[in-house]
Amino acid sequence: MRWPLIRYIPRATKFRFVRWAPVAAVFSAILIVGSVASLFVQGLNLGIDFKGGNALEIAMSRPVPLADLRSAMNQIGVHDAQVQGFASQPNSAMVKFLPAEGQAPSAASANVERELVKRFPDLKVTSRSEVGAKVSGELLMSGFKALGVALLLTLGYIWFRFGLSYGTGAVVAVIHDIVLTLGLLSVVGIEFSMTEIAALLTVIGYSMNEKVITFDRLKENLRKYKTTPLRDIIDLSENERLSRTIITGTTALLALGGTMVFGGPVLFPLVFTMVFGIIIGTYSSIYIALPLILVWGVKRNDDDATPVKFGAASRP
Amino acid sequence: MLTLSRWKIIAVTLSVVFGILFSLPNVLPQKTLDAMPAWLPHQKLNLGLDLQGGSYLLYEVDTEALHRERLSNLMEDTRTQLRSEQIPFGELNQQGEIISVRIGDPARYNDALNLLRKNLGAPLAGAIGGKDVSVSGKGDNRIEVRFVPEAIKADAVKAVDQSIETIRRRIDSLGTKEPSINRQGENRIMIQAPGESDPEKLRAIIGKTAKLTFQMVDETVTPEDMQAGRIPPGSEVLPGDQYAPYYVVKKRAIVSGEELTNAQQQFDPQSGNPVVQLTFNASGGRKFGEMTGRNIGKRFAIVLDDKVLSAPTIQSAITGGSGIITGNFTVQSANELSLLLRSGALPAPLNVEDQRTVTAELGADAVKAGSISLAIGAVSMFVFVILAYGLFGGFAAIALVVNVLLIVGIMSMTQATLTFPGIAGLILTLAVAVDANVLIYERMRDEANAGRTPMAAADHGYKLALTSILDANITSLISGLIMFSFGSGPVKGFAWTLVIGVFTSLFTAIFITQVLIGWWFKTAKPKKLPIA
Repeated sequence: MRWPLIRYIPRATKFRFVRWAPVAAVFSAILIVGSVASLFVQGLNLGIDFKGGNALEIAMSRPVPLADLRSAMNQIGVHDAQVQGFASQPNSAMVKFLPAEGQAPSAASANVERELVKRFPDLKVTSRSEVGAKVSGELLMSGFKALGVALLLTLGYIWFRFGLSYGTGAVVAVIHDIVLTLGLLSVVGIEFSMTEIAALLTVIGYSMNEKVITFDRLKENLRKYKTTPLRDIIDLSENERLSRTIITGTTALLALGGTMVFGGPVLFPLVFTMVFGIIIGTYSSIYIALPLILVWGVKRNDDDATPVKFGAASRP
Repeated sequence: MLTLSRWKIIAVTLSVVFGILFSLPNVLPQKTLDAMPAWLPHQKLNLGLDLQGGSYLLYEVDTEALHRERLSNLMEDTRTQLRSEQIPFGELNQQGEIISVRIGDPARYNDALNLLRKNLGAPLAGAIGGKDVSVSGKGDNRIEVRFVPEAIKADAVKAVDQSIETIRRRIDSLGTKEPSINRQGENRIMIQAPGESDPEKLRAIIGKTAKLTFQMVDETVTPEDMQAGRIPPGSEVLPGDQYAPYYVVKKRAIVSGEELTNAQQQFDPQSGNPVVQLTFNASGGRKFGEMTGRNIGKRFAIVLDDKVLSAPTIQSAITGGSGIITGNFTVQSANELSLLLRSGALPAPLNVEDQRTVTAELGADAVKAGSISLAIGAVSMFVFVILAYGLFGGFAAIALVVNVLLIVGIMSMTQATLTFPGIAGLILTLAVAVDANVLIYERMRDEANAGRTPMAAADHGYKLALTSILDANITSLISGLIMFSFGSGPVKGFAWTLVIGVFTSLFTAIFITQVLIGWWFKTAKPKKLPIA
């Protein structure tokens, strides 16, 4: 039994994470400025979930002639016609448009479908969606409300469980993750839909998970080494957690990797966002959340700092 | 902790049995499933519309249109009441929510006020002696009539309830398989019809208001008057049939579709054309009889959704409580109209807010893509975790398999909907589940390196990792629950998968591996931890 990989992961690393934190802070700041700028300049590519409009997914018995389809859409006379092919599935494509002024969305879809079938007899519509402008706005609002509430509640939990400076560190780091993820979505132009909100919430979940696990170790070490400087304890805790972080991160990426390749075009944006979220969440745990605790400092050797126990086994 | 107490073994065995039993229907062919005894679980995963194909419709009940109509009826009632007592009045108009009228004869002002207070409006449910209309006197011989706010709200609630009922009846008569019709928010109705990939057919049936009324044709208006727009108050112009493009009819309906007990497609014995035969209830039959008796030789209009279907001349009193409506029907359109009339009118128009359809074919592709990615994700995780931790990794992999079985079993049992994003949620749940085992094993390793015996190290690994695991899962649970309460549609499915996953992962990652490792210690009696 020589093969368990864990033997090859160095046991006692001595990376000076905190020393690099200022560099990381500058790096993150640049990325955040870039993300915010992109969000303002380019905005998110809102899908019909949030913008309203019509979408038809079509399938043909041969690779879809995208250029012909595009010119056909322009002839039909709808607004904002977009034709989108899928690299992995050349026989299908997505057509999006806004119905003409005063036209019922469903009538517009039916009309476009009829016109397309007239031009391409082997074309079949496999899925159609029509979302009204009103419901789409409400969806976006409720989506962001969900993000906000989830963030506040987890902040509350971490504050209650560890203390305020931990909670602040975690939330700043998680907001950092969300902004960068949104920024990436904006730069790459991935369509922002209801499932992207789900992906963002998962990113929050994973990122919080990372933070909580490191906080836990930090807290324990603070009690163990009462006189060691905080900065060294942070480094120590991160090093102790490193092998776990690598293994868990790799597993998560492996699990999603299959979906990224085989999940098809519909699932791709969701998985892409999650993968980025896992990477950025791991980064921000190490370089944002923990160093921030150093900035604010923590109470040590204080009875108040005893963690609340949930009937869990007590520490030795 | 690693002692194999009886309850632990029982819990683990039971959960494995449960997981296998409840997820089994998903892989068995339908024939085997049908042959299984009734006490065994038969429920398969409830696939979302995005996975199995089907239609999703979100309607908004236009309660404002309903309210506008009620206001205009109230104005007509005010006019009729004042006329019936021959109280002179003028300046009857509606401004926003308020209907105001000026009484011409100051001496009869109080009469008018009492009359309107007595006769307008209906009792308000839930308020003793309260009415849904308030009548108040303003100086200068003016009277203001309006609906009380509670009535407006109650009307809207009732309209949505009634719409849901009507839609249900209409969909049932179509024979669509297991549709779900739910209220969403204040005035929305969500319809999910799995397997129904022709939303146009659904919509054609659901969206029609099907408001049928019988109204007298206003014979006093000449075609010239109509052209010049001289329409008396109390009458209205409606688009017509093949005989006349427009009709002027009295606004007040004499009989309406609510008084119907039945409607059926038949053939007109005289012309042989398809017609719709109506049967009225007692009060409707009486009103219909009176109206036709009083107006022989005049015409009445059969109005459906503000369009005149036909305007026959009354030959004789129709007293039998039934009648036929003719129009330019085909057998199919007569059938459709009868269906709509039977299921009742919608109290208010419906606006489509969101409509999505996925063909079953695309749904099947989605299931295939989802299963393949799930399988590949799971297998690569198994391989990796075994590579990382050897034997203990194998235990973790077994726990993962049980985890999948449990999630699938619980979702089949509770008939929670599995959506496309839900599959992604499932994959991520598995990834985070591994984290619990990683934490435990890392702890064991630390403890073993600190000089504990293998047994004690393993034991402490579980104990010490538990807090971290709980913390991490509680945060996951929080975001899952938030998604569940705020999200809709696919996000809800995703959240549900996540929430179930938190519980099953906690259980499998901690208990299954513990029992397996405990059993291994008992049989192998190792001198050294395999991961140290």
